[in-house]
Amino acid sequence: MSKISLIIRKEYLRRVNKKSFLIFTFLTPILIACLVAVPLLLSTIKDSDAKKIGVVDATGKYVNLLKSNESYNFVPFSGDMSKYKNNEESEYYAFLVIDGDLLLRPDKITLFADKQVTTDLKGYISDQLNKALSNEKLASYNIPNLKEIIKESEIKLDIRTVKWSDDGKDKAGSAELATAIGLISTVMIYMFIFLYGAMVMRGVMEEKTSRIVEVLVSSVKPIELMMGKIIGIALVGLTQFLLWVIFSGGLFFVIGLIFGLNKMPDTTAIQGMNPAMQQMPNSEVADMMKMLGGFNFGEILFYFVLYFLGGYLLYASLFAAVGSAVDSETDTQQFMLPITIPIIFALYAGMYSAQNPDGPLAFWCSLIPFTSPIVMMVRLPFDVPLWQKILSLSLLILTFIGTTRLAAKIYRTGILMYGKKVSYKELWKWLKY
Amino acid sequence: MLQTNNVVKQYAGHLALNGVSVHVPEGSIYGLLGPNGAGKTTLIRIVNQIIAPDSGEVLLNGKPITMDDVRHIGYLPEERGLYKKMKVGEQAMYLAQLKGLDSKEAKKRIGVWFEKFEITDWWNKKVEELSKGMQQKVQFITTVIHEPKLLIFDEPFSGFDPVNAVLLKNEILELKRKGATILLSTHNMNSVEELCDQISLIDHSNVVLQGRVDEIRNRYRTFTYRIKVLGNSFETSPDDGFVVLEKKEKSFGIEVRVKASENSTSYDLIKMLVARHEIIAFEEELPSMEDVFIKVVNPQNMMSHE
Repeated sequence: MSKISLIIRKEYLRRVNKKSFLIFTFLTPILIACLVAVPLLLSTIKDSDAKKIGVVDATGKYVNLLKSNESYNFVPFSGDMSKYKNNEESEYYAFLVIDGDLLLRPDKITLFADKQVTTDLKGYISDQLNKALSNEKLASYNIPNLKEIIKESEIKLDIRTVKWSDDGKDKAGSAELATAIGLISTVMIYMFIFLYGAMVMRGVMEEKTSRIVEVLVSSVKPIELMMGKIIGIALVGLTQFLLWVIFSGGLFFVIGLIFGLNKMPDTTAIQGMNPAMQQMPNSEVADMMKMLGGFNFGEILFYFVLYFLGGYLLYASLFAAVGSAVDSETDTQQFMLPITIPIIFALYAGMYSAQNPDGPLAFWCSLIPFTSPIVMMVRLPFDVPLWQKILSLSLLILTFIGTTRLAAKIYRTGILMYGKKVSYKELWKWLKY
Repeated sequence: MLQTNNVVKQYAGHLALNGVSVHVPEGSIYGLLGPNGAGKTTLIRIVNQIIAPDSGEVLLNGKPITMDDVRHIGYLPEERGLYKKMKVGEQAMYLAQLKGLDSKEAKKRIGVWFEKFEITDWWNKKVEELSKGMQQKVQFITTVIHEPKLLIFDEPFSGFDPVNAVLLKNEILELKRKGATILLSTHNMNSVEELCDQISLIDHSNVVLQGRVDEIRNRYRTFTYRIKVLGNSFETSPDDGFVVLEKKEKSFGIEVRVKASENSTSYDLIKMLVARHEIIAFEEELPSMEDVFIKVVNPQNMMSHE
């Protein structure tokens, strides 16, 4: 086995066998799934008891229009409601007082309660009454079939975006979905570059401070040592990414299954009530599936891996150079800044580009090698022309070869240098050795 | 085999090595001695190409040393250079393979060494769980595992208890017997007498004493003799030309330590004594390397140094 592959193997196995790697790899998708699932779950939980609301209707026209449901129970009330005022034991949540014809005086309706009433209740009441009131109003015009005419005039627009693909087939697309996919992959690449870049830096510093390098450089070349570490950690990153893809895919599938089952009784209830409405959610789901199918996930994944590798290699070598130049973690700050600024800038450029993926900012930033791995991710779901992808990747590869060579020069000198506060001037000198 | 010529190294504000030349003959053990901060480690690092000298050169077999040569040196640094979180066995395997052994051979040799040092049951321990001396054992093994021709040990005995120090000393002698050339730096003067063929004593960046160990001890001889005689008295007279330092009555007779005058010979002393006593033992006491060390390294300098 050659020396560099020995180093790669050691760096890889050492990290993958760590407990923290396993925990991080398997907990992150669970955490993300929880972030999605918990609000969903919470929203399905309803108050156990229906709130009782007394209706004092002076006109007597409206009390029957308010239908009780599982959350609210409307009961006619007559008498003195002041004795319930500030009464902890009160069985009534609120009182609805209507003392006039709402068609003529829409403000003659008031809710009294000890506590601030929920907007949900307010919305529910106005929903129920509005429908009845507008029907009543329409009836008062005395035009036959007016209701039907108006219903017919209500057209619900449903704009579908269809992208013409190169092979002439129509593909259903969704700008929102594309943006979401782009942003997720952008943030992931950003995270990966930082996470694994820092891992390289710490690894280099560990070897330097423990003087292992003094033994190692007597058996291997510094460049082998550096590249072995960088490649080994890249493989750790790819392994983690692959596990995440598999694991979150499985997890979302399971969650989807559970929620799908939970939703079942609801849909059958709707089915019984209104056959027309039942059609709605199904077709939306189908649309969603069609849109998701419209994205070429294989291609996005492929470029994700390419850009991750390119961006990681570019920055990891710089991180390695920083790690080799300093004696302790606290000294890294001054050299980290020029590295972190382009990465953070790229993240913001990526976020901003999401709104206009074909604009000049997105275009240039997806070509410049220091930002392209992050920004290009936003553009990928919007079908970037092939020549741009090739150009941006070639620039990226050329640049990382360049930075790796520069970094190797700094690394070679820095790794054996102790007890010296290194300045930029010093680094420049090392480059020219 | 290994030679340094007039090596000078200047650090910001102080001179670490001032024209140091040493010559390590093939198949010998060469000791670098000197107080803390004298420049021993700096010299070793220069030989290993870890740092570059300001002037002077390092020759290996008559040619300037290259990075390729360094890859065939076994180097034991003063600080413990091991991965703390890695298991002992894995680490030894990794380093052995990096030094060019295939995994089968590496495993075999590590097995032999681990048995020799009685550390076979450490295989699955993490390095950080070991004490300093224990780590030093592991590090020593990884240094010699590929059987290099030239070995450089920086303070090999630090962190060892006396029992293990003897074990290590014997292993170093064994390596020499097998033909290795060894350069080591040490404070442990007892080991110097038993191990080293030649030494250089470095003090304040300069070589202050250099040569064969027996010759140096001879050079600093104090004309002190240990004599055992039969009988129960030891006669002296004022014009004997020696002073009795110590006198002990033993079951067999009397043991004395005497200091003869400078430039006298043992022959004169024996001739004088043989007329008076029945001599059963006569031996010259050569100074230990520790005595030489303390004598040569100016005590006042040492004090101001600390």
